[in-house]
Amino acid sequence: MAQRADPVTRNAGITAAAVTVAVVLAAGIGILSRAEPGGFGPGDLAAIRFTVVQALLSAAFSVLLAIPLARALARRRFFGHGVLVMLLGVPFILPVIVAVIGLLAVFGRNGLLNTGLVALGLPELSVYGLHGVVLAHVFFNLPLATRLLLQGWQAVPAERFRLVAQLNLSPRAVARTLEWPLLRQIGPGAFALIFVICLTSFAVALTLGGGPRATTVELAIYQTFRYDFDLTRAALLSLVQLAVAGTAALAALWFVPSVGIGGGLDRVPMRWDARSGLQRWSDIALILLGAAFLLVPLGAVVLRGLLGVPLMPASVWQAAGVSLGVAGLSIVVLLLLALPMAGWIAGRATGGVEAIGLFGLSASPLMIGTGWFILLNPVVDPAVLALPVTALVNALMALPFALRIMVPRLRDTLREYGRLATALKMRGWSLWRWVILPRLRPQIGFAAGLTGALSIGDLGVIALFADPDRATLPLQMYRLMGAYQMQAAAGAALLLLVMALGIFWICDRGGRSGVAD
Amino acid sequence: MRHLTFAAAMTLAAGAAQAQTPVLTVYAGDYFTSEWGPGPTIETEFEKVCDCDLQFSTGDLMPRLLLEGERTKADVVIGLTSDVTAKARSTGLFAPHGQDNSDLTLPIEWTDDVFLPFNYGHTAFVFDDTRMENPPATFDDLLNMSDDVKIVIQDPRTSISGLALVLWVEAVYGDKAQEAWSKLAPKILTVTKDWSTSYGMFTDGEADMVLSYTTSPAYHMFAEDDFTKHAALFPEGHYFMVETVAKVAQTDVPELADQFMSFVMSDTFQTQIPTANWSLPSALPQEQWPEGWAELDLPEKVLFYDEAEAAAVQEKAIEAWRSALTQ
Repeated sequence: MAQRADPVTRNAGITAAAVTVAVVLAAGIGILSRAEPGGFGPGDLAAIRFTVVQALLSAAFSVLLAIPLARALARRRFFGHGVLVMLLGVPFILPVIVAVIGLLAVFGRNGLLNTGLVALGLPELSVYGLHGVVLAHVFFNLPLATRLLLQGWQAVPAERFRLVAQLNLSPRAVARTLEWPLLRQIGPGAFALIFVICLTSFAVALTLGGGPRATTVELAIYQTFRYDFDLTRAALLSLVQLAVAGTAALAALWFVPSVGIGGGLDRVPMRWDARSGLQRWSDIALILLGAAFLLVPLGAVVLRGLLGVPLMPASVWQAAGVSLGVAGLSIVVLLLLALPMAGWIAGRATGGVEAIGLFGLSASPLMIGTGWFILLNPVVDPAVLALPVTALVNALMALPFALRIMVPRLRDTLREYGRLATALKMRGWSLWRWVILPRLRPQIGFAAGLTGALSIGDLGVIALFADPDRATLPLQMYRLMGAYQMQAAAGAALLLLVMALGIFWICDRGGRSGVAD
Repeated sequence: MRHLTFAAAMTLAAGAAQAQTPVLTVYAGDYFTSEWGPGPTIETEFEKVCDCDLQFSTGDLMPRLLLEGERTKADVVIGLTSDVTAKARSTGLFAPHGQDNSDLTLPIEWTDDVFLPFNYGHTAFVFDDTRMENPPATFDDLLNMSDDVKIVIQDPRTSISGLALVLWVEAVYGDKAQEAWSKLAPKILTVTKDWSTSYGMFTDGEADMVLSYTTSPAYHMFAEDDFTKHAALFPEGHYFMVETVAKVAQTDVPELADQFMSFVMSDTFQTQIPTANWSLPSALPQEQWPEGWAELDLPEKVLFYDEAEAAAVQEKAIEAWRSALTQ
């Protein structure tokens, strides 16, 4: 055991993991330090039930719909395949407020879908309620599920498809022999991951839920802070959320596939088994439907926003600068936490430690922010803290994804170079500098891009304590709306969209440029 | 080198001069300090007379005050409505405002010596006459509208206007509030966290009516020359919303804070309110309102709970809303 090729020092990883846990626990202690005796309020149990039900439905629909879409994308080659796969990933990194605007433009009462239905003399559909919440969550997470499954499909060696073609197996038999084992391997993990993501839903449930029936736990926590200021109840609700998400997260860890990067996704193996006309047309229809569902709302945001751009005041650009700073800081914090943790995890045989990464995602961002505010308020001005705390919370949210992206590649690198490094007595920083970081660049770029994009649209704790000149772009967008400047706000939404995509694209490209694979 | 030293000395001197300028920290809501809000002009105008540096600090007022407690940096807090002043008062953070309440021009009597009103408005449902030809003429009409008409409202647990709405329903329907909510429920498209989201959905055509203020149409009239937006006025009366300003007892610049309190009552401040805050000034006779404002449609009957009554019925009013809408 002592002789294992394990040149990565664990101390840094253990420290990073400890910091992650401490950040969440300290926030909890901060809240409890100010709490008075209390308990759950009316509707809290219903909120817990609603949260779990919508997360289960959202995860189920995301994965079930992703299966045919990923299959169609995996067995068709066409011009623009790579670009389409990349674009289909966009909703996942989209700021929530922007996505809601886009979804309403398509599925709202006054949206494209209902305009079409009315023109055809059909009854209108309402997007508000549980189904609206699930619809929005599928919009966000279908891309993630599709990407995970697509990777699985592309990992199947082309020879196997040649073999099933030579044996002339029916589509049913192909599904049973090749595709079912694949789905069984990837499906549950994708399901669990999306379940955890949907548990902490806040803004989506608020606008599309339709009323107090659609209260999620995260929303109940917010209301408790905002209205009752009952910290005991807030802490209890946070604990419930942590417990439910934590259980799901632990379960997920045994299944969750690693999140791959875009680089290899354009490869479509020859599919001799899927050449019949029926399969061809159904694939084309599925791809078109999927693309319409995921891309039309984005187009609506762009169209509405273009009119508003000339109306945007200078303060919007200033806020965009602040948001950029927060995103940059989130990326730095994320890398400081994720790299050592990934190094530690990669050196171990099992992935149980990764649960720590999911710990941050499961915790309520509002609880972390408020808890830290209580702890630090005696020493520092809260307004100064708003931005760093927001960046920290954003980094915690992105941590599990970053680990999923980095660990497999790091594990491979250590397998390949570990013995050599040990022989050369290369350890610590020099090992990272010369061996790991250059090989991990694409993964670092991808993780950084994801963190930056998720962070740019986060309203977070900043809404509670912000100086006028420290407003982030999402907050500034709300201010515009609060001042009746709806068109300018639509312009700000477009800017948010462009910035989220821009950050992602630059980091992802930057990581991959000049890297062979 | 000499130049550098000189420059450094100048910078230091400037810094020292700045450090001597007293700072008045005013906590305010987000909308207040945006470039369309009254904040920037108020800052400029007050700094002209106070020889001080007025700094706004924005955010969610109540949670922030409750979290900070006695360590608050605020000298003055502006923007708490009377529906939450009971909770604010119980923190013991505030001192008497020292102004004469008889200078106020509110449609109700005001006797509070701690929370000083600076503007007011009434909760109302706003509609667009190009999209809605027969708006409800009474609150009962609203409850009996066709279920095809959709309204957006705000959550009373996250927004001050949403809280005013449940108090409004409580004031009109009392023990029958839950019944009223059950009738209204099918017309409610969705409940949003804040006023901004609701109003955005209304202007986007997503909803036919929105819970807002009687003064909302004024924005469209005077800022956009758009005369299609109206507040539906109900004979049952409209819930009265008043925003206040209060002085923090532990302020280290008490004179400045007092000076600000009297500035709030001045015409300079009050004339900012209509066209920057899009609400009605609390201490300005109608003759001095900006042109056209006196002709605005305002409700004849005003419903109001003082802070103690509001605090007492709040929980019941919210529960009536919640349970009717979750059925």
